[in-house]
Amino acid sequence: MKIRTRTAQPHAGRDNIGQATRWVLKGFKRERQHLIPILQKVQDTLGYLPRQAMTEIATYLDIPTIDVYGVATFYNQFRFNPPGRHSIRVCLGTACHMKGGYITLDAWKRRLNVNTGETTADGEFDLDTVACVGCCVMAPVTVIDKKPQARVEPTKVDGLLLAFENERKARGKSDSNGTGGSRRL
Amino acid sequence: MTAMEPAVAAAFEEIRKRAKKRWQGKPGQTVILVGAATCGRAAGALEVLKTLRNEVKKHHLDCPVIEVGCQGHCYAEPLVTISKPGYPPICYGYVNPVIAEKLIQEFILGDNPCPEFALGAFGANDLVPSFADFPRAKYEKKIVLANCGHIDPTEIDHYIAGGGYAALARALKMNPQAIIDEIKRSGLRGRGGAGFPTGEKWQSGREARGQPKYVVGNADEGDPGAFMDRALLESDPHCVLEGMSIAGYAVGARYGYIYVRAEYPLAVERLQTALRQARESHLLGAHILGGHFSFDIRLFQGSGAFVCGEATALVASIEGHPGIPRLRPPRLTTRGLFGKPTVVNNVKTLASVPHIINHGAAWFAGTGTKESRGTAVFALAGKVVNTGLVEVPMGTTLRQIIYEVGGGIPKGKRFKAVQIGGPSGGCLPEAALDLPVDFDSLRAAGAMMGSGGMVVLDEDDCMVEIARYFLEFTQRESCGHCTFCRLGTKQMLELLTDFTFGKGKVEDIDRLKQLAEDVKDGSFCGLGRTAPNPILTTLRYFRNEYEEHITMGRCPALMCPHLIAYYILPDKCERSCDACVGTCTVEAISPNKKRIKVIDQEKCVKCGTCLKACPPQYNAVVKLSPPSEVPKT
Repeated sequence: MKIRTRTAQPHAGRDNIGQATRWVLKGFKRERQHLIPILQKVQDTLGYLPRQAMTEIATYLDIPTIDVYGVATFYNQFRFNPPGRHSIRVCLGTACHMKGGYITLDAWKRRLNVNTGETTADGEFDLDTVACVGCCVMAPVTVIDKKPQARVEPTKVDGLLLAFENERKARGKSDSNGTGGSRRL
Repeated sequence: MTAMEPAVAAAFEEIRKRAKKRWQGKPGQTVILVGAATCGRAAGALEVLKTLRNEVKKHHLDCPVIEVGCQGHCYAEPLVTISKPGYPPICYGYVNPVIAEKLIQEFILGDNPCPEFALGAFGANDLVPSFADFPRAKYEKKIVLANCGHIDPTEIDHYIAGGGYAALARALKMNPQAIIDEIKRSGLRGRGGAGFPTGEKWQSGREARGQPKYVVGNADEGDPGAFMDRALLESDPHCVLEGMSIAGYAVGARYGYIYVRAEYPLAVERLQTALRQARESHLLGAHILGGHFSFDIRLFQGSGAFVCGEATALVASIEGHPGIPRLRPPRLTTRGLFGKPTVVNNVKTLASVPHIINHGAAWFAGTGTKESRGTAVFALAGKVVNTGLVEVPMGTTLRQIIYEVGGGIPKGKRFKAVQIGGPSGGCLPEAALDLPVDFDSLRAAGAMMGSGGMVVLDEDDCMVEIARYFLEFTQRESCGHCTFCRLGTKQMLELLTDFTFGKGKVEDIDRLKQLAEDVKDGSFCGLGRTAPNPILTTLRYFRNEYEEHITMGRCPALMCPHLIAYYILPDKCERSCDACVGTCTVEAISPNKKRIKVIDQEKCVKCGTCLKACPPQYNAVVKLSPPSEVPKT
């Protein structure tokens, strides 16, 4: 099975984690200061930071693996499990919180049946929170596949999921090899 | 470096001529500007942009459609501004593709400016109210945000045609010390929140020994509820780059870093474009404008850590380490990035610099108060009518910002508090509304300027909950380096969480206060030292709310989910209406034998959808606190 990538790169696949990591590393000098940009680019390519990739990076920069792991876990941006096809990021900034962002997050958790930081069993969605995307006037905001959606309340969560379901059905018709299994709304 | 470089002046004149030629516009040409910063895009600006471009093409109009940044009227996004000869530029709000098509048909092809969709005009006329007559115009003064929403952020020439980079060209002809003196005279203080005098920081950076020196632009706007830096970088990136280059010249730096949050993808994209264009125009890189000064800026994407807004943590982050602050001294201006002298400035500080060089220190110092010169930029959000970006002279009162500029509280609700400065700031009550906003007054009141987030709270917002929210944030973002912050924030959060569940004892309030004061005194960096501010201010001004939570198990604002219940008033519920039943997200509402709707309290998740769904003529859904108020059936 292939890992879905957010930006399609030719080398991305579970068997090819090492290859993809090395492909990224080629663009950087062996200096510690490039560690964070490297991690960002690897995550951009693979969608997450697999253990193998972190080991490769440590060898390349000639630093202990624990240092790579320490940096990666320190920052909120990095994730350690494969992403879903669609990313759901619920904004929990001040304005969003006061306008019910926590209620929206509950609704997403309930509908997708996952916790924050997790991916649905069918690999369709991954759910996480974000500190603030700076669209406070559109609160509460949910960022879906990098696009901020304004005023996402529980009813809109259902609407957005329905749109995904319809899209998936349409995709299923045109591509019989599409991922099977339907998710109950 | 020589004091006079005639080649530089000539080179810049050439660039300016080219830019002016491209952007002066043909006589009689109509120009359409579409605000498409992140907030505009969330409201659908890209669809509007597409419609306008299609229409212009369809009708073969000679009418450029330009994507611009944010004007600050975020409440009315998407915004479209049309400048048609014979009319003042008119700004339209809440535009959708249908309105956009109508504007082309009626105003551009016809001659009807559609005043029904207009928000305001940039100039007096008989049809549309002028922005200058808006109540907010009396209080606003745009310096840093002057260009935002009026120029194309992806075109360096548009910035130059409007007077951009003239300050850099001028600065390169000055003695670096003269620039620092000018900044000192202007009284500019750091816009990141702490308010350190910028001129003094540059001076110590200049005097420090060691090469190469660095200048870092801090746009790690981690405050939840603040978006000034994002709007600035998305709308006018060159202004920040120009300010950085001037800073680089003044302190004698060779390289600059601009540290932007990765959560701001559009700002990153706009900066990348801006950096490329500045290099192509020889306004960045080796031998700027053919002179002796070389300076290049690299973009660094932060990875989401609030503590990295602290300058030493930010520097550690660029070096590839976890963002953990270190002890000062030595100051960063002596030992900073890679051990070299480094000046770290907020991007709003840097964006003020070109204006000071262009107009002079006296002009800048003429605005604001004696100790805090210039303007303050706020991101106004929460329960206020005109949410958006606000720039006012320092010393404007909170009341003027919230009621005159912001238009007051919507839906006739009552003002309760204003939260300033995010997790490091505090909540100020109505009694503090006549306080002038400047660095020192806010600190005296227990809040802080912070980076400039201002969230207005009304009677429906719970003060204990907001304190808990901020502590949850600072506790998660604590880097773990010092004990007071690592353990103190955790303990405070646990106490506050208990309160929002109606648990705890009254003595716990004093324990919380003691703990907050200890963390404030004992923490290592700014994050820990300011983390207790939301608690201390809410305790100082809203202690009764804490007591009510603990003693009565009641949330007076009806917000804390564990202390409220939704209830449908049987005498108000309409038998024939099923609005709440259909919208309930967990199927917790069902009609009883008399077709009166009843909420199953076991199933209810307290999302409040039924309250919004209940038609206003019935208004049958109410919130009760404590939950035991719900009558037993």
